Amino acid sequence: MGLFWIPLLPLLGTVVPLLSSRFGRSFLALFTAIPPLLALLLLLQLAPSVFNGEVIYQSFDWIPLAGLSLTFRLDGLALLFALLILGIGLLVILYARYYLSAKDNMGLFYAYLILFMTAMLGIVLSGNLIQLWLFWELTSISSFLLISFWSHKSEARKGARMALTITGAGGLALLAGLLLVGKIVGSFDLSVVLASGDLLRQHAAYPVVLVLVLLGAFTKSAQFPFHFWLPHAMAAPTPVSAYLHSATMVKAGIFLMARFYPVLAGTELWFLIVSMTGLITLLLGAYVALFKHDLKGLLAYSTISHLGLITLLLGMNTQLSTVAAVFHIINHAIFKASLFMAAGIIDHESGTRDMRRLNGLWKYMPHTATLAMVAAASMAGVPLLNGFLSKEMFFAETLDQVTLGSLSWMVPVLATLGAVFSVAYSARFIHDVFFNGEPVDLPKTPHEPPRYMKVPVEILVALCLLLGIFPGVIVGPLLALASTSVLGGELPYYSLSIWHGFNLPLLMSFLAMLGGLIIYHNRRHLFRFQSQFPEPDAKLIFEWLVQRLVRLCSAIIDKLENGSLQRYVFLLLLAALVLMAGPMIDLNATLGHQSSMPVDTVSLIGALLLAAGAIATVILNRRRLVSLLTLSVVGLIVSLAFARFSAPDLALTQLSVEVVTMILLLLALFFLPQSTPKESNPRRLVRDLSLAGLIGGVIGTINYAMITRPLDSISGFFLENSKTGGGGTNVVNVILVDFRGMDTFGEVAVLGIAALGIFKLIVHMRLYMPSTDGNGLPWSPDRHPMMLAIVSQSLLPLALLVSVYIFLRGHNQPGGGFIAGLITSVAIIQQYIAHGVDWIKERLRINYQWMVASGLLIAGLTGIGSWFFGRPFLTSWFDYFSLPWVGKFELASAMVFDLGVYLTVVGATLLILANLGKLTTSHSPAAKENN
Amino acid sequence: MEGLYAFSVGLLTACGVFLTLRGRSFPVVVGITLLSYAVNLFLFSSGRLKMDGAAVLGASESYADPLPQALVLTAIVIGFAMTAFVLILAMRSRADLGNDHVDGRLPPPPKDQKKC
Repeated sequence: MGLFWIPLLPLLGTVVPLLSSRFGRSFLALFTAIPPLLALLLLLQLAPSVFNGEVIYQSFDWIPLAGLSLTFRLDGLALLFALLILGIGLLVILYARYYLSAKDNMGLFYAYLILFMTAMLGIVLSGNLIQLWLFWELTSISSFLLISFWSHKSEARKGARMALTITGAGGLALLAGLLLVGKIVGSFDLSVVLASGDLLRQHAAYPVVLVLVLLGAFTKSAQFPFHFWLPHAMAAPTPVSAYLHSATMVKAGIFLMARFYPVLAGTELWFLIVSMTGLITLLLGAYVALFKHDLKGLLAYSTISHLGLITLLLGMNTQLSTVAAVFHIINHAIFKASLFMAAGIIDHESGTRDMRRLNGLWKYMPHTATLAMVAAASMAGVPLLNGFLSKEMFFAETLDQVTLGSLSWMVPVLATLGAVFSVAYSARFIHDVFFNGEPVDLPKTPHEPPRYMKVPVEILVALCLLLGIFPGVIVGPLLALASTSVLGGELPYYSLSIWHGFNLPLLMSFLAMLGGLIIYHNRRHLFRFQSQFPEPDAKLIFEWLVQRLVRLCSAIIDKLENGSLQRYVFLLLLAALVLMAGPMIDLNATLGHQSSMPVDTVSLIGALLLAAGAIATVILNRRRLVSLLTLSVVGLIVSLAFARFSAPDLALTQLSVEVVTMILLLLALFFLPQSTPKESNPRRLVRDLSLAGLIGGVIGTINYAMITRPLDSISGFFLENSKTGGGGTNVVNVILVDFRGMDTFGEVAVLGIAALGIFKLIVHMRLYMPSTDGNGLPWSPDRHPMMLAIVSQSLLPLALLVSVYIFLRGHNQPGGGFIAGLITSVAIIQQYIAHGVDWIKERLRINYQWMVASGLLIAGLTGIGSWFFGRPFLTSWFDYFSLPWVGKFELASAMVFDLGVYLTVVGATLLILANLGKLTTSHSPAAKENN
Repeated sequence: MEGLYAFSVGLLTACGVFLTLRGRSFPVVVGITLLSYAVNLFLFSSGRLKMDGAAVLGASESYADPLPQALVLTAIVIGFAMTAFVLILAMRSRADLGNDHVDGRLPPPPKDQKKC
């Protein structure tokens, strides 16, 4: 139980440092440490059952159909990583308290750090692939924030951007890989995936999956050729380097490979890609590290080299090499974190990280120097320290592998070569910094750091020693546990002791020591040789590439986007036509189907009118007023068509919408030019006509093909249950307010939003108001003719009565909230036209925004109401009552919902029309704002 | 009858498409209106054509498919809102830019105005 608290506690903990900034820096650090500490205790409490072989599993369904769930899973590997993340994380919190200066925003730093911790825990504890990926990206983002923490420095910004680009791109590849895995296996659940290794390895898409997943892992773990971001990420504050870039984040890639080891490893391809990448990275990192004058630069390349070593071990496909890899993950995290912290102390107390100036620090900080030297010796692989043990295992494994055939002897030789350089740069770290004469021109006089800044280093160095001397006792069980879960069950025999007798691995270690010291001793020659090569600056190349990419994109966009709607619409329709071509060819036998109904005279006349109206609208489109009139003919015929084909509700709706639309179009035309100038050249006309004709032909054909085929509809359900389940006989209305009430709710919300958007557009509109009509004639002086005023005024109560009637009968007869709302709107708009805005303003004090809002609120609350009866959102209720005189009648909650629809429709329509109408008067919203 | 219906829908679509390809805002709005008629008729006909069969229980022997009708009903109302939005946008663009071109051929903006 409580597994999900382990990532959740740090997640909640991200706000702690932000809230506790005012308590001073020590308390800030203390409070920050509490959530991870609790999580660590919880983890330790769960650990015994994991050691007993249990896999702790906790899952919350989210979208089970899509395989999405929030799943946490704790096995041996996850336990190992979680311990590293939380343990080193706590030490880093303590260290950062002394590292950051008073100028830095410490609360923000800690918040980022804890966010990163959450993300890391999320990766290692995820039991679902998609969830794993999500946390994976979160580490990229939080690491971006941490690297760019000193955002005033250009190198910090550039380094952060580079790290984000590389790891983010790798993350996308990983997502593709994981989606493929999910498709092949049929589940995103990690336990299921881990059990389907053979299925994955034998699948045709295995190489693709492997490459995509490895791309994610290699970019994150800075493997060649993606290694270059890591040195630039050293612009981060040193606690970040110690935490992210040695112990945890760069290990996420390694974790990924270990996690998928049971399902992806074991093939020739895995061996080739993973071990060769690892080998190259190992050698490259070790070689370059020697030449870095920056203390952190040296450590960064050394990290790359060690990550390469672990990758190589994982790639070797043997059980023992995998154990060695897990062992080296632990060892490297411990000694590298302590080295980074030591480097940070040196930087902090002496003001520089340049090894050409840092010399002879032993005299100034003997305590720190001792710690750093022990850790560096561990890095070099000196016996009695933990680095020695895993390196010994590594040598033994390189000797055993035979996969490269007759060239297999090269692997141990190259491994020894890597180790030689590793010894050489470790020797440089020790000798150059702490001995080798006097410091040169340091900004500060170096001295020992504050007492507690050394505590994390001391703990880690003590671990190096303890692990190196008593490996079996300290780390044996954890190593066995983690290796078991990487290997997926069986564990090979190995012995964790310091002395295995005189054998080849020991000889290799000895050779590495000797060679390393010789190289370090003769370093001047090597440095001179290396200085002949120009050093490529990855930052410059990267920036150049990014800029090229941006320029290329903007060139393409400039070509595509010229601001012409005509062109966009044309291209869109053309593309649609091309895409439709294939299916249209497959759509055969349209001719075989016959009309089931004969054409009658009325329908024929209607169709002719419709065609005449539509064609006239096109031909006369440059005379805008006339084209509106012909357009209204089309609208009228459409509503008649609805009526003819058994859709009275649609006919009523279309008719009332038609009225409102026409008023709107006429009003708008008042402000727009009265005619369209002749602009299109003949070629364009022909082009547009052919495209329009083609599209029309295709749509018509599809429509014909559709309506002459037999119908298989789900509507039988609605027809059967309308009366019994929804309490109404007008099935269309019952569908709207009951069966598909959620859709309707969404749609009225869209209506309301559109109306509000229109309102905002109108408010700041400055429009030229024509003083004459299109023909240059002045407007009529009688703005509100008396006849119209009188008639429409007397019509108002009648119209309102009709709309109430339509509303009430809607559930059982054609009608309902939509139609009633439109009728009410038309009635009120008529008053606006007949009497003018002033007259209405005095009599009708309704805020239309409020009307829209209350309509939506009523509809929403009706829906929520069903929760109180333990039903899903928008379940309707109805019953029959009888009152004296009135008789038996029905009450349904759906009517209240329909009332909400009604109010929204009225509010939205009037909000649009009334405000647009007001533009012509002194009440325009713009004028009001100016006052 | 089905053929006639499909022809009308195709014709409305063609007219709508042609008008949306014009270079000024108002014909485009008219074109969109025509297109929305066509789309509504198209969707409506997915329930097949049927006369004298309004989906009111007890009113006739067999009923027309009520589901497309319900969908089209809301589509009509939303179509109105969208037409209105595009129209007001057209007015607004004329108010702010001083012309009603949508073909990208804008006159050079006055010096005191920023390019939108």
